[in-house]
This record gives sequence, structure tokens and C-alpha cells, in this order.
Amino acid sequence: MSSAPSLASPRQVKLACRDLWKLYGARPRDAMAAAMPLVEDKDRLRSELAGSGHVAAVAGASLEVHEAEIFVLMGLSGSGKSTLLRCLTRLIEPTSGKVLLDGEDLLAASRHRMVELRRHAMGMVFQNFGLLPHLTVLDNVAFPLRVQGIEASKRYARAREMIELVGLRGLEGHFPSQLSGGQQQRVGIARSLAVGPQIWFLDEPFSALDPLIRRQMQDEFIRLQKMLRKTIVFVTHDVQEAFRLADRIAIMRHGSIVQMGTPAEIALAPANAYIAEFLRDIPTLRVIKAADVMRPLAADTSPAHVVSGSAVLEEIVPLVLNGTPLVGVQDEAGAIVGQVTAAEIAELARQGRD
Amino acid sequence: MKSHIANLFSPAAIRALAVPGAILLCVVAGAKWNWIAQFPDDWTLPVAAGINVILNSIIPNILPLTSTVSHALGTMLGSLVATLQFLPWPAVVLAVMLIGFKAGGLRLLALCLCALSYIVLAGFWRQSMATLSLVILAVPISVLGGFLLGLGAFLLPWVRRPIELLFDFMQTFPAFAYLIPLLLLFGFGPIAGLVATAIYAIPPMARCMLSGLTQVPRELVEVGDMTGCTPLQRLLWVELPSAKPMMMIGINQTTMAALSMVITASIIGGFDDIGWAVLSGLRQADLGKSLLSGLVIVLISIITDRITAGIFAGRRAQNGWHMRWGTAPVLLAAAAILGMGALSRWAAPDLVQGLNETRGVIDLSVVNSAVLGFVGRYGHILDALKSGILYYLVLPLRLGLSGAVLPTTWGFAMTPPVTAFYAAVALLLAIRQWAKGNPGGAAGTLSLAILLFIGLVGFPWPAAILLVMWCALRVSGPKFAFFAGASLGFALLSGLWIPFVKSLYLVGVSVALCALVGGLLGMLAAHNSWLSAGLRPINDALQTMPQFVFLIPALMFFKVGEFAGLIAISLYAIVPAIRYTEAGLRAVPATILETARQLGCTPAQSNLLVQVPLARPALLLGLNQTVMAAITMLPIAATVGTAELGQQIYISLGKADAGLGITAGIVFCLTAINLDRMLRAAAERCATPDQDK
Repeated sequence: MSSAPSLASPRQVKLACRDLWKLYGARPRDAMAAAMPLVEDKDRLRSELAGSGHVAAVAGASLEVHEAEIFVLMGLSGSGKSTLLRCLTRLIEPTSGKVLLDGEDLLAASRHRMVELRRHAMGMVFQNFGLLPHLTVLDNVAFPLRVQGIEASKRYARAREMIELVGLRGLEGHFPSQLSGGQQQRVGIARSLAVGPQIWFLDEPFSALDPLIRRQMQDEFIRLQKMLRKTIVFVTHDVQEAFRLADRIAIMRHGSIVQMGTPAEIALAPANAYIAEFLRDIPTLRVIKAADVMRPLAADTSPAHVVSGSAVLEEIVPLVLNGTPLVGVQDEAGAIVGQVTAAEIAELARQGRD
Repeated sequence: MKSHIANLFSPAAIRALAVPGAILLCVVAGAKWNWIAQFPDDWTLPVAAGINVILNSIIPNILPLTSTVSHALGTMLGSLVATLQFLPWPAVVLAVMLIGFKAGGLRLLALCLCALSYIVLAGFWRQSMATLSLVILAVPISVLGGFLLGLGAFLLPWVRRPIELLFDFMQTFPAFAYLIPLLLLFGFGPIAGLVATAIYAIPPMARCMLSGLTQVPRELVEVGDMTGCTPLQRLLWVELPSAKPMMMIGINQTTMAALSMVITASIIGGFDDIGWAVLSGLRQADLGKSLLSGLVIVLISIITDRITAGIFAGRRAQNGWHMRWGTAPVLLAAAAILGMGALSRWAAPDLVQGLNETRGVIDLSVVNSAVLGFVGRYGHILDALKSGILYYLVLPLRLGLSGAVLPTTWGFAMTPPVTAFYAAVALLLAIRQWAKGNPGGAAGTLSLAILLFIGLVGFPWPAAILLVMWCALRVSGPKFAFFAGASLGFALLSGLWIPFVKSLYLVGVSVALCALVGGLLGMLAAHNSWLSAGLRPINDALQTMPQFVFLIPALMFFKVGEFAGLIAISLYAIVPAIRYTEAGLRAVPATILETARQLGCTPAQSNLLVQVPLARPALLLGLNQTVMAAITMLPIAATVGTAELGQQIYISLGKADAGLGITAGIVFCLTAINLDRMLRAAAERCATPDQDK
């Protein structure tokens, strides 16, 4: 289940982007200027750009990632999610817009400053692991520290710590080709954490793994995040993965963000038919929490059962099936703040099946 | 249906038919005005003389430098040869066997033992050591040069295109043509040959280097960037290590290229090595000697290839017996064996020296008489083959059907009724293409029919330029058409048009032979794993053989002349024809073949209607490789008496006319690059039929 309750408390913004664009083509800046008047009509904008031989991989994306939050970018292949991620890290140079890390505009940062930030503030995990085949596990994990010029004994000590953290002790001397996919990605994770980054980027980290291993790695990821409380941008094309891990999700299509919100917000109010189609694969009751759907407690009722606001509806279902007509919802302090009725749960369950 | 018929007379269709029309016009006009049939001599430019003037002004200026280099290299080569020849052969054999065992297990050990025993028994030990010295000196130069060129092309993207073009030139530019300038710079002798070998062997390394670096997975480059690498850190720690396997392949290929060059290099350097033995055997028509020494260089090439490939492949699971030691200890052990050999020779010079002066136990005269006896007994079969190919393939291409079809050979003459029949068949075929909505095909058919009737040599040059530019335009576009036209223009203006055309038909004939025989073999091998397994080692051996070696059997059976050259070219060029045909046919997915069988295709139908069309891009690439191989073999075939561009280069070598050689070399390169691009473009079009319109 989701690692942190999403009972939205205002948190500090760690990373943000404003109206970010990435155009591919011969003269992206000119095409951008020419197409700007059409920005309201996405379809016409696209055909206009295609006419001049340009494609907008990211089309005006704005988002804010809060401190210690898991922010998931989700979309099908070609939706621009990986490009957006790379624009946030400036691995790809955006055509226009702003990227702010702790309020500092990354697009204005010098090359030297970017190297500095990447060495100390950012960590990234790659879809195909990105392990250097000529280095052992230990050397791979120590690689970012070596780049910083940290002396061998210190960096190996730190690398061993990280290897221990991801549960790969004893494999330090192996080469990547000798490891399974899951093990390789653990190495990738250990490497990305070695410098103690403030912000952690994961680009489809589990997509190349078998379903069973993928689930294990998700659990592992949740365990790590409980310990580390990093600010995370996580890219995936897997809806279930997105809803399972996210504090907040941004769903992308054609380079734009179609809807952004907590899993429950999206599940309860999909912005359009495209997103509703995605939700068919999502067990709604497992995503929505009691606090998301509770109503004010009716007067003169005293619920027989009380659950926490962060309990998902699925946990309430057994109570309801046992004949409890309504369940009370309490906040973190233990005060009963609302109620959920059996009829409401039944209605939500029915919607989820359509 | 109506629109279909309207399409037949669309402007595009009419335009396409303008091409054969114009060609026919040229042919007719050529009969009246000679300047159309034959490019007038006074229109040519003194390209060769111009190059000579330039060279003469450059060479004296860099001569001091090159003579210093020449001196240094000469000292190194001399001492290396002396060292290797000083080592007793049993020590060398043992050391090589040890390394062979490490690289390829028991099988390679056995191969090394057999090959080296043969070299000792045939009496070519000293020469082999000399050749080895040449290669050992040339390869590091080539590897360093290739490394730097490849790295430069990678780091400076704006020079990548020109550098790649330079690789194309270096690989197709006939080595003969730059032997003369090297001769002028480094003097007659093994050093000029060494430098020629080093230059020739640079491109494979440079290409592997560049492709290794550009093919580093994007993710790994991003890992470098995200960990905050500086560009230098990224190059040293991410990109170069990732490109290492490709670099190893490059070193292997460079070594093979150097080995294949040693015979050619010996033309300008009288040096007692294997290359010289092969060459002098060929020149003296001492077939036994050239055969035995040719076999030596083939064996050296094969074991060098296997050893370098095996060592560089690294930790690969080998079945059977294999060595647990790492590579470095094995090399150290081999060095120790060699050292002990040297010591023992010092300690007991008389005893060991006697061993090293191997005389060879194989009697050359017996080999010679065996070969002559064989040729004598089966001469009539060989002659029949020769005249068959000559009358029905070579002459029609050279002189056209109008010149080649004679009652004595074909049984009839090109009388007006026969010509009319020929024209009618061509027209019918063209109309069929047109009716299918393919006016380009119709135009091609008609043009080809005219070309076949006239022959390549008599084909009017404006028509040739038109035809080539039209083909280039159709497969690739206006830019390439312009380049192709300019290339032909250069051939015309430099006065090398006729040798150029003769080269083309020689290539054409040998490619036709390769496509027929190789295609058939490849097709059979695709269906018969037993045959496939049998062909593989033969193909491997043919591919590792130095080009010169192919002249030996050709000369043995067919004596000096164009036909021997043709056979040598075909032997060399047949491997890609076999390989690509087999690979292309085998790559057709089994599910599709299953579908075909389920639909009730007979094996033959499944072959012709399913497999061959699907394999067409691979087949065209195979054709491309065959053509390239045939072209690179031309200058070497010239040494046995073909009359084409290669012969011009060979003549220039005799006259020490650097300008003529280089001019012919440029025409050569242009021919190769154009044909390569055209066939590649055609293969790409085949692979993506959607872009046809």
C-alpha cells in the first residue's frame, strides 16, 4: 500500500517545472514561436508542428514535486514521460520553460553548476539498469563517488553500505553479466543512492523485469522510501505500479499532462474518457481511502466500527459484508470526523467494474 | 480500371520512357557522329600529369622526414627479423601452441601444431618469420592510427562525414596505386611495403573504433552525465571501456588486413619473406612454389585470426579441455619458452642452428609435375569451361549480342529477323511491366536490352551517363544522381573511360558467376544443414586468405590471361554470395514458412513465392558485398593479364608513373563507392516497399 498518507498537508515544493516544452525538428525555437498562438487547441497545434516537420515530445508541462513525496509520471510509450524526466534533469535540453530545484532555475545553471548538482543532489535509476559492464558490482556502485574524486577506501566503504542496503552483500566482486535482472537493478538503485541525493529520479526502473520480480522490487522500493524519505520522480507506463506507489500521479498523453492528483482523486474523478479507460485496470477499492470519500457524521449515530482515515476501502469491505451499515472514520488524533456507508462502498465498487 | 489505364499514360510514365528513347537516339547518332560513340581524345584533361606535378613539388619537401622514418623502421625491422629467425623453431611452435590452447582449446592447439609443422616441413620457416616481423611492426602503427582517427571522428562530429568518406576511399583505393608515391618517399625495399601494409590496415580499426564509440548505449552515456562526469571522465570511464569489445574486433581485422597485404607489399620490396616467395613463384610460373608458399600464408592467416579472436573474446565458455589460467600468465609462459629457446641457441649454437636451417622435405618438382599432369589430363574440360564462359558471358557483355553472336559459337548470326525477334521480346517484356503500372521497370527493361545488344565497350558515353544518372535518381535521389554523373565525367575526362568500362564488365561477369554458383550453393545450404556445416569452414578459410593466393589456382588451371583473372575474382567474391543467400533465406521466420505450407505451397513454391521475396533485402546486400569484393580484387587480377583499370595501375607501377596510378585509383574508388551506394539504396528500398511512390 501507499507509503505515506496522502491526507494533503501543504508541503514544501522541492522540484517544479513551468510550461516546459521540448520540440524535435530542424528549427525547434522558430517552430515554437510560430505555434504558440495555437496553444489552446492541442490537435491543431500538433498538426501545425507536424507541417513544419516538428514533434512536441513535451508540450507545456507544469508540475510541482513536494519534499519527500513519490511523484509518478505515467503514460503510454511515446507520451513524453521519459523526455519530461530528462528535461527535469537537463539530460535533454528543453526548448522553453523553467525547471526549478529548490527555487534555482536549472535551465539557467552553468555547465559547471549542473555537474555539481548531478554529483551531489541528483540520483537516477535507468530502465535497462545502465550498469557499466566492465566494472564489478562494487565499482559500479562506487562509480559516482569516483567521479567526484573521493579516495578509494572511503568510496568503497560507502559503496559496501549501499550494497548492504539493497541486500546484495556477497556479490560485490561479481560482474553485471553474472547477475539476474532484479539483482542488476538493485545495483542500479544502490549506485543512484550512493551520493545521498536529495532528489531521486527513476525511469521505468522495473519495466524490464518479470512481473513477480517487479512486485518484489516495488515492495523493496517502498521499504527504502520509508527509511530514506527522498523526493522522488518515478516514471512508469504501468498503471497498477503507478497507483500502487504514488503519492501523486501525473498522467501524460501527447506530451501534455492530462490529469494530476492523488490516486484517489484520479480514481474518483477521471478527467476524461482516456483516463477512465486506464482506470479499468485499477482495483478502485484498493486505491481510495476512507478519508477520500467520507461524509460528515450524521447526527445521532454512533458507528459500531471505526477505521483510520488512511484505511483503503478494501479493508472496510469485510466489515460491511458482515452487516455493518456504516463505518466511522477517525483522524490521526483519534477523533471521529466522518462516516462511510455500505451503500456508498457498493456504489464505488460497481463504478470500478464498468 | 479506367484510372488504371489512364495511369499508363501519366506524365511520369511518359517521362520514364524518355530514357530508353534517348539511349536509342544516342546509339543511332553515334553511327553518324563519332564523338558520341567515342569520347574524343582531345577532350580529355591531363589529370595524371597534373598529379605528378603536385607530387613532384611535395615529395622533395617531406623526403628528409620520411627517410628518417624509413631508417628507424628499417633498423627495427632488421633486428626483429634477426631475433625471430634466431629463435629455434621448436620453441616458437611450443609458444604458439600454448597461446592457441588458451585462445581456442584443444582444437586450436591441434590446428596450430599442423599449420606450424607444415611450415617447417615445406621449408618456409625463415620467410614466415620475416613476414611475421613485418606484420608485428605494421599492426601497432595501424592500430594507433585507426584509434586516433576513430576517436577524432567521434569527438568531432563535424569532421565525421569527411573522415568516413576517407575510410571508404582508403579501403577501396587499390594499394598498387599508392605504392609508387610510397616508393618515392621511402625507397625501394621492405619499408615502403611496411608502410603500405600499415596504411592499408588502418580503416578496419578506425571503423570499429568509431562504431564502437557511437554504439555505446545511450543509457550508459546518461549514467555518465547523471553521475556528474566531466567529458573527459565520461570518455575514459564510460565510453572507451564500453567500446572495448569493438576495438578488439578492430585489432583482429587490422591484423588480418595486414597479413593479406604482405604479398602486394612485396612487389615493391625484395625481401626474403613469404609474400616474395608467392610473388616470385607466380612470376616464374613455378606453380609448386607459389602453391606451397601460398598455403603457408593462408595457414598463418587462419591461426592468427583464430588466436586473436579467441583471446579477445575473453571469458567465453569453451567446451572440452580449456585453460584455467588468465591471458597474461599464458603470454608470460610463452615468452619464457621463447627466452629459453634463445638461451639454448646461445649455449649450443651448432646443435640448434642445424635444426633451424630447415630445407623443407616437400619436393617442389613433384608438386609441379602433379599439377601439370592434372591440367594435361583434364585440359579439355577446363578448355570447354573457359570457352563456354568466354563466348556466352564475356563476349556478349563486352561486344554486345550484335558482336558476339556468331554462327561458329552460337549457331546463328544476328540477322535482321533475329534482331527483330530480340527487339520484339524486349518490347513485350517492357509492355508487361508497363501494364503492371511500373513504367520505370519498362524503361529499365528496354535500356538493358539496348545495352546488351550494343555491349558495354561500344555503348555511347552520353547514353551511359544518362542511364547511370537515371538509375541513381530512382534509387536514391538527385544528390546521388549528380555524384554518379560527376564520377562518370571524371572517368571520361581523365581518359580512362575504356579501361573503366572493361573493369565494369569484368566485375559484371564475375558477379554473375558468383550470383549463379554462390546463390545456388547458398540456397542449398539454407535447406541442408549438413551442406551448411560443410561450407562454413571453407567460407571461413576463403575469407581469411590473402587476395593474391586466389591467383594461384586460377593460374594453375587456366594460364595467364583475362580468364584466369576472372576465375580468381570469382573465387574471391563468391563467399558473400553464399553467406548472404543462406543467411537471408534462413532468416525468414519459421511461422511464415509454416503458413505457406498450411496454405498448400509445394516446397518449390514456398521457396520462390515466399522465401526469396522476403529475403530480397539480404540478397541485395549480398550482391553488394559480392560486387565490392570483385572490385577490390580487380587490381590484383591485373597481374595475371586482365585489361582494365587494374592493369592501368599495374602499368603505372612499372613505369613509376604515380599520377596515372592515382588517377586510375580514383576512378576505381568512385566506381566502388557509386556501386556500393546504389546497391545499398536499392536494398533499403526493397526493405521498405512503402516508399516506392
